[in-house]
Amino acid sequence: MIPFDYQRADRADGAVAAVGVRPAAAFLGGGTNLVDHLKLGVAEPELLVDVTRLPFDGIDTLPDGGVRVGATVRNSDLAAEAIVRQRYPVLSQALLSGASGQLRNLATTGGNLLQRTRCPYFQDVTTPCNKREPGQGCSARGGYTRYHAILGASEHCVATHPSDMAVALTALDATVHVTGPNGQRDIPVTELHRLPGDEPHRDTVLEHGDLITAVDLPELPMAARSRYRKVRDRASYAFALVSVAAALDVEDGTVREARIALGGVAHKPWRANTAEQALRGAPATEQSFREAAEAELAEAQPVRDNAFKVPMARNTLVATLRDLAGEEAR
Amino acid sequence: MTTAEESMLRANAIGTPLTRLDGTEKVTGTAPYAVEHPVDSPAHLHPLQAAIALGRATGIDTSAAEAEPGVLAVLTHANAPRLASTGNGELEILQSGEVGYRGQFLGGVIAETPEIARRAADLIRVHYERYEHDVELRADRDDLYKPEQVNPAFDTDTAQGDADGALASAAVTLDATYSTPMEHNNPMEPHATIACWTDGELTLHDSTQGVYWTQAAVAPLFELDQQQVRVISPHVGGGFGSKGIPHPNVVLAAMAARLVPGRPVKFPLTRQQMFSVVGYRTPTIQHVRLGADEQGRLSAITLDVVEQTAKVKEFAEQTAIPTRTMYAAPHRRTSHRLAALDTPVPTWMRAPGECPGMFGPEVAMDEMALACGLDPIEFRVRNEPETDPESGLPFSSRNLVACLREGARRFGWHDRDPRPGTRRHGEWLVGTGVAASTYPVFAMPGSQATIRATPDGRYAVRIGAVDIGTGTWTALTQIAADALEVSVGEVDLEIGSTTLPTASGAGGSSGINSWGSPIVAAARTLRARLDEHGGTVPAEGVEATEGMPDNPHTSQYAMHSFGAQFAEVWVNADTGEVSVPRLLGIFAAGRIINARTGRSQLLGGMTMGLSMALHEESVLDPRFGHVVNHDLAEYHIATNADVGSLEVDWLDEHDPYVNPMGSKGIGELGITGTAAAITNAAYHATGIRVRELPLHPDKFLR
Amino acid sequence: MRLSFTVNGRQCEADDVWEGESLLYVLRERLGLPGSKNACEQGECGSCTVYLDGVPACACLVAAGQAAGREVGTVEGLAEGDGLGAVQESFVEAGAVQCGFCTPGLLVATDDLVNRVPHPSDAEIRESLAGNLCRCTGYEKIMDAVRLAADRRASSEASRSGKTDA
Repeated sequence: MIPFDYQRADRADGAVAAVGVRPAAAFLGGGTNLVDHLKLGVAEPELLVDVTRLPFDGIDTLPDGGVRVGATVRNSDLAAEAIVRQRYPVLSQALLSGASGQLRNLATTGGNLLQRTRCPYFQDVTTPCNKREPGQGCSARGGYTRYHAILGASEHCVATHPSDMAVALTALDATVHVTGPNGQRDIPVTELHRLPGDEPHRDTVLEHGDLITAVDLPELPMAARSRYRKVRDRASYAFALVSVAAALDVEDGTVREARIALGGVAHKPWRANTAEQALRGAPATEQSFREAAEAELAEAQPVRDNAFKVPMARNTLVATLRDLAGEEAR
Repeated sequence: MTTAEESMLRANAIGTPLTRLDGTEKVTGTAPYAVEHPVDSPAHLHPLQAAIALGRATGIDTSAAEAEPGVLAVLTHANAPRLASTGNGELEILQSGEVGYRGQFLGGVIAETPEIARRAADLIRVHYERYEHDVELRADRDDLYKPEQVNPAFDTDTAQGDADGALASAAVTLDATYSTPMEHNNPMEPHATIACWTDGELTLHDSTQGVYWTQAAVAPLFELDQQQVRVISPHVGGGFGSKGIPHPNVVLAAMAARLVPGRPVKFPLTRQQMFSVVGYRTPTIQHVRLGADEQGRLSAITLDVVEQTAKVKEFAEQTAIPTRTMYAAPHRRTSHRLAALDTPVPTWMRAPGECPGMFGPEVAMDEMALACGLDPIEFRVRNEPETDPESGLPFSSRNLVACLREGARRFGWHDRDPRPGTRRHGEWLVGTGVAASTYPVFAMPGSQATIRATPDGRYAVRIGAVDIGTGTWTALTQIAADALEVSVGEVDLEIGSTTLPTASGAGGSSGINSWGSPIVAAARTLRARLDEHGGTVPAEGVEATEGMPDNPHTSQYAMHSFGAQFAEVWVNADTGEVSVPRLLGIFAAGRIINARTGRSQLLGGMTMGLSMALHEESVLDPRFGHVVNHDLAEYHIATNADVGSLEVDWLDEHDPYVNPMGSKGIGELGITGTAAAITNAAYHATGIRVRELPLHPDKFLR
Repeated sequence: MRLSFTVNGRQCEADDVWEGESLLYVLRERLGLPGSKNACEQGECGSCTVYLDGVPACACLVAAGQAAGREVGTVEGLAEGDGLGAVQESFVEAGAVQCGFCTPGLLVATDDLVNRVPHPSDAEIRESLAGNLCRCTGYEKIMDAVRLAADRRASSEASRSGKTDA
């Protein structure tokens, strides 16, 4: 661990300025990922700017019916918020399926979105990794890849994004508010995270000094019937092998609208556009669900250890849609 | 001459659920673990570990590390103390730049704070000459070898009759290969040491399963007399075998402390470091063949085991041992073959031998029962031996059948439909399974106990035993009280230090047997001496010391504990997720000294067995030679949420031959057979027979 | 830096603290409170669980600088008067302690659970405590201890409110 400086920010503009001017500076949120990376030598910042006491800890209803979640709202508080549990259960469930109570009490909304991959080669500075140091090579290719991507990977990186919350936000079409050295902007969460391509060191489209201030959940009545299903190797306190965030709007046995995102399958939360498209107007049957899932996964390219993720993702998606359709029928 | 019956201790405190005597200290956070002992101005050590699996460090540049403020010394093979050659390639570190496995210690930084030590260690640059390494265990390797014996001193191979011939003519046969992966002990307290040299003598506050075992290993390395090494360990945060014999971390701490004489050096390992330096359970490949007649009577049993050891030091896991005892068959064979690899050294992990060795064969028994058209309990009952199948000795007590029957009754086994894949609860496929448990009765030689009675009515019982969480503090106090015929409140037990009489370590579930027996002997001598004083304690007190008494029955009887484990398993039809809502274990292990701590030991063993069944797997990357999933986020052990209804009970088993307490040792029995019971239940649920642990969801996906 | 914060209800100062060291290190090495354990230093086991502003958190992942001005509660603060607190007592009585290394973190997590949820179901207990790994007990006796602690907490609440009514 290198000896970094530490500052606590009281204002967002001050935090952005402090980080913006020093290339080796970083924001510190709940610390559940970054403090670990400091110890592992994966992150070596010269300056950490603690943003956890910025005034972004509110959960507020917006005039258009949406909900604004401040970037420093704790995962546990967001999961417990009544409006989230009622209107966006998929988000509450995703949050509660992540990590442990002790970590959810520390982790923030902004920090959770910016979690880095759990690829064990990324986290071990003694093994080459293009994400940690571009050009070193990817140790995961040809190595242990049980938790790795089946969609959208590149020859340079086959890592997955570990967040559960981000998968739910992706299905919900949330919007991320960012303030940075060049002012403020909004980014659809579906465009926040990147595929690795030939720049695997870049997890997101954010630039240095960009600070997430809030996440907006759009007004989305169908999300009241939504679900997060996470399949993992251990009953709790484990990262997803695959996960599904889904909302389904069915009328008279026909799917009107579906919102689906997959976790554990790609370098970013994977919005299942193909499956959604296939489902619109289709009968809400097991067969439609299966065909939609297979269409989404048609391009899957498993690596050494994760061929199972294709049927697992398919089955989990089908099961989740079946549950939602059943709920709808009741 | 007293008979076995007459020499048995009368139980008064024994058998009661006395509350753990170290409980209050532990729930208030005041029980001192190794690095928590208060010491003056400690220095902190962070290790330098090899980043290659085989080769030589040709240059170690420590200049940047030495220049860091707060660094006291940098240790490498260039300035490390020379160690005496004791033939222990694991412990003889830093004697050259040679690297025998990835993660091996090459040195370390001693600094004023742990953060400085860690940071400075990162600044050390090592240049390597790499050799081609070899870390892959496969059954088809052409260089497998036969070790002289297997842990601790069993025959490597055994054979009786003509197994191949019997298999060729058997009406029903099974030929299957099972495997268990590399697993790491992962006690909750990482291995940790404070080392301090004063006047040429070494003091170690060490997290160890045996203070005298550590002393015995460390003293000769530094060419010290045994008594020049003092080892203190009153509380240990779990061990499960990996803290049995010391590992290189203890030696590195002692070496580092040599560079800063008079200053205590603290060296707690990180969780990641534990995956390369403190041992693990070898992966095993178990080839089982069974032959039976039409009535389901076994005519042949063979088990051929392939596993790994390290080139730097041999460890041969005794995986085939339980097969030599479990079931009757006239024709039988067992064997162990090893691949010597450029890996860290395997070691004891809870029930070495019995734990992996009760997986393959107990799944095979389930498969064979089905092939014979028999219920798996009935099949085991039919093959129950009258005497120990290989030695021919009578059992001092053997209640496997009673455990199976009692377990079946309690579990509700009688109306079980044997057809697999036919029960469903919503999206879950439901099944039940059974397997047997067994563990030998070990007694370690060499322990001594001293008991001193004083006129104030106190009895000081002193023995260099340890408590790694098993309940030694409490159980030995109960034994001493009954042997002295006093109440537990009158006994002051001292354990956990080499300033106390010599003792074996906590291993092989032998602690109560090996420590309790000399305590009983010393108490009897003391009482005889008190009688000489007319029953009163003279002002100067009365003392008695006794060693481990000879047990003539050891050569006359086969001594083992047994049990039966029942599992209900649900497998998700969509996702393959495996859940174990119900586990029941019924055991016969002699007299249980403390019902409260004893039950918890068995429950804990079964849960570790569940963890083994569902989760545990250390993944070695053959390209690098290291365990990739080397932390508790990626190496899964069972959480609370993985456990369902868990029930343990035992039969009242009377065994006067094992020791005066009539106890058999229960630290390891509980983990044996659990994984097989769960695997058999998963088959019953799904119709999918998994022969390779762990039972990850993908193995049940359709 | 000089770190000022509250520990177990008492104002504490620690000097020469580097903001990047962990709260766990500050508690154990600088304040002489070794109750909270370091078993993974990565938030993957729960052995270092402390109260941070009233909610359980992994002290190993809190940078010392982040603890400034906040309220921390450790296992050392769970005692009631001179005796054991109800949760501590329940763990001893139920036999939920073996090696004891996970115990301090579990006690804090359990204290929080029984304060928040008067009568937790088994499923709630198991999930709430899933972040506290135990390698010895098999969790069964921990379940007994939590149920016992919850009952006692509930009945002491009841008798307290009973007195208020009277």
